[in-house]
Amino acid sequence: MPIIEISCYHVWREISNYIDGEIDPELRRRMEEHFKGCEHCSAVLDGTQNVLRLVGDGRTFELPAGFSDRLKKRLEKDLGG
Amino acid sequence: MPKDKSGRTLEQEIMLIDRVCAGETHLFYELISPYERQVYVAAFSTLQNEADAEEVAQEALLKAFSHLSGFRRESKFSTWLIQITINEARMKRRKDRKALYESLDKQNTDEEGDYIPKDFADWREIPSESLERTELKQALQRALASLDGKYREVFILRDIEDLSIAETAQALGITEASVKTRLLRARLQMRDALAPGYDGAWSLGENQWKKVRPW
Ligand SMILES: [Zn+2]
Repeated sequence: MPIIEISCYHVWREISNYIDGEIDPELRRRMEEHFKGCEHCSAVLDGTQNVLRLVGDGRTFELPAGFSDRLKKRLEKDLGG
Repeated sequence: MPKDKSGRTLEQEIMLIDRVCAGETHLFYELISPYERQVYVAAFSTLQNEADAEEVAQEALLKAFSHLSGFRRESKFSTWLIQITINEARMKRRKDRKALYESLDKQNTDEEGDYIPKDFADWREIPSESLERTELKQALQRALASLDGKYREVFILRDIEDLSIAETAQALGITEASVKTRLLRARLQMRDALAPGYDGAWSLGENQWKKVRPW
């Protein structure tokens, strides 16, 4: 089956769904084909995936120091447990 | 037995919930402790302020305690906690209505013009030791703060806290289609904000980012 080309613009609109696997196989095939031939779009894809790796490592937000102790005290006080 | 992030099975969690409901209130902290960070981050995603986020996290957990018997187990317990927290955070924001929060209040309009990526610099390598760097953390915080509230909430729940699209929709009370649209915008904006060479504020010493501009 021939792969119908799609525009960069169309790729950007779907790039997030592409990363999440939320697109149908036909569109996925077309996008994969596009990334092979388009440096702009593959840079956008790589960069977006890098952002997700950076923020997904669990170290972006830490609890403020003493958070758990203050929470436990509050619960003890208010729940009378 | 499948265990989730909390390190316990669903059965164990349900048993804990039942025991707390039956009066063993001292077990409540044990029940929620695997999720306290998520609850805090959810509050922070709306409020963008540590002290407010902590206060709201505490209030939300107290509210969760008093409504625990009403938890219907159709969603994950963690999603339910986050949902309560987001609601509390939004209520606080509405109550405060300080100038500080005003820019976050465009929440309900869903006018999504298409977002066009601004920078096409190549950005393939992320050395993992760079994750430790304060600089990077600060760059992330700045990038997050630059997002509109409705984009930031979706991005934080989905991409930082790793909720599914359905769970994110549920926690925020919006449709899955809205989650996807907002996520696209948020991710592209985050990329533009963080792409080295774009904001220029951030380098990795000897490990300079490879910068390639195709035109
Ligand atoms: Zn392209």
